[in-house]
Amino acid sequence: MIFKKTKGLELQMDSFLDKISESGIVFRRGVKNYMNNAEKDFSRHLEQIRTLEHEADELRKAIETELYTQTLVPESRGDILALMETSDDVIDRATDTLSEFSIERPVVPEQFREGFIELAKSTVRAMEEMVKAMRAFMRDPLNVRNYLHKVYHWEKESDRLAEDLKRAIFASEDLKLSEKIHLRYFALHTDTIADRAEDVADRLSIYTIKRSI
Amino acid sequence: MLILLFLSSGLFLGWSLGANDASNIFGTAVSTRMVKFYTAAIVASIFVVLGAIVSGAGTTHTLGKLGAVDMIAGAFMVALAAAVTVFWMTKLSLPVSTSQAIVGAIVGWNMFAGKTTDMHALTKIASTWVMSPILAAAFSFVFFLLFKKLLEVWKIHIFRLDAYTRIGLIVIGAFGAYSLGANNIGNVMGVFVSVAPFESLELMGMSISGVSQLFLLGGLAIAVGIFTYSKRVMLTVGEGVVKLTPQSALIVVLSQSIVLFLFASKGLETWLLGHNLPTIPLVPVSSSQVVIGSVLGIGLAHGGRGIRFRVLGKIASGWVTTPVIAAVISFISLFFLQNVFDQQVVKPTEMIGHHQIISTQVIKTG
Repeated sequence: MIFKKTKGLELQMDSFLDKISESGIVFRRGVKNYMNNAEKDFSRHLEQIRTLEHEADELRKAIETELYTQTLVPESRGDILALMETSDDVIDRATDTLSEFSIERPVVPEQFREGFIELAKSTVRAMEEMVKAMRAFMRDPLNVRNYLHKVYHWEKESDRLAEDLKRAIFASEDLKLSEKIHLRYFALHTDTIADRAEDVADRLSIYTIKRSI
Repeated sequence: MLILLFLSSGLFLGWSLGANDASNIFGTAVSTRMVKFYTAAIVASIFVVLGAIVSGAGTTHTLGKLGAVDMIAGAFMVALAAAVTVFWMTKLSLPVSTSQAIVGAIVGWNMFAGKTTDMHALTKIASTWVMSPILAAAFSFVFFLLFKKLLEVWKIHIFRLDAYTRIGLIVIGAFGAYSLGANNIGNVMGVFVSVAPFESLELMGMSISGVSQLFLLGGLAIAVGIFTYSKRVMLTVGEGVVKLTPQSALIVVLSQSIVLFLFASKGLETWLLGHNLPTIPLVPVSSSQVVIGSVLGIGLAHGGRGIRFRVLGKIASGWVTTPVIAAVISFISLFFLQNVFDQQVVKPTEMIGHHQIISTQVIKTG
């Protein structure tokens, strides 16, 4: 009985992490589609990431309810909850950013497109390493460190790429200030996804110490 | 009814043992909400009673060797002196253990009765008080490192580990309660064994000896202590000196249970004797001090950070002060019981001896 419940929760948690990981891939492809003017594929990916975000939300709520009503993992459930909520912010940020591309339709000149794609790749890498670190936290806390430093690496890399992109945008003489500010806004939001992943990593580094017996 | 009145001091000791010492086994499990209090109380009660009846004889025998209290009024006062010592020292927040108090009280009775205390038995008992926390520390140190290594290899999911830990806390807690009953029933009922006039009972074709009935009563008193008072002690223990993770708590309880079992198991003693190995003395030890030893073992495995050596010094001082105080209280109260309340607390064997000698001489000379 107790093991059946536990197994169910393990599967839900794995599924929650799968959704985050998958939403990263979808986000990266969505940005690429937008930059390449592949409208149909972009819409499909936007739809997909919205579904993933909704499913992750449902899973998070189900796990939280189960943990509290069944008084499971009383020592660490607060930490697990905080981790899930912070990692939910990452998927929310990715969904919102893709959604804003769809609503605001920023005009991205040819010379900046590769920059946006690279930035999206880098933030998604931070996100993927964050998911790996979370999986390690669940099963193999000693390995968490191996992923955390990669999250920090890709977050820094994303900051650098975002800064380079913004500098290039504002240095451009072909764009109006309003267009520059508009593009900066997208660089900033894409970069924020990596910042949220870093928040999860910060929490993980503390919780892992607490989790050791 | 009179017997129950005389047994009341022992039953009170049992109650206080249940109220305080059950928390050493289930304290962290309950305070961290890994195990519900009622689950813990039921498991602890059943296994304490079982341990007392099945394996309680060994430590009781050792106490009997130290001093065989031979009148029920004397036994009443010895147990009461121990209970008062425990109560008073607890009030003063001094480290105290029922095992040490009862030994002191028996020595007090020996002094009052003019009997020599078996120094060999006393030394054996005192050395186990020192050995038991050290042994517990060694066990928990080894278990901790082993457990850590296994977790690294097995990579158990946090949710599954939680389930395993819960089951472990209950199963090992049951073993701990059994060992506690076996090891500590001697403190509660030991002094009454040779004086309580219980007849053997035939029940459903089974014969229940007088000693078993006595141990059952003592066990039930411990169970009442667990149900009525141990919850608040458990919650205090959980929030108190050291905060343990449920997994560390599991190691602490396991080490503690093994130590209590080693110092109580007649079966193990027979086995060791059978294999020509040195035996472990069957002596009631302090479960609280064994727990502190276990926690210390985990502290050492962590690299020795945060160990408060003053606490250890306080415990060591308790090894001396508790029996001395109990002996003094026992001696004085036996005096009062005999001279003020006119109760016979010592069998006047010497008087009979003299009388016989005189009679024989009269016959011879006459």
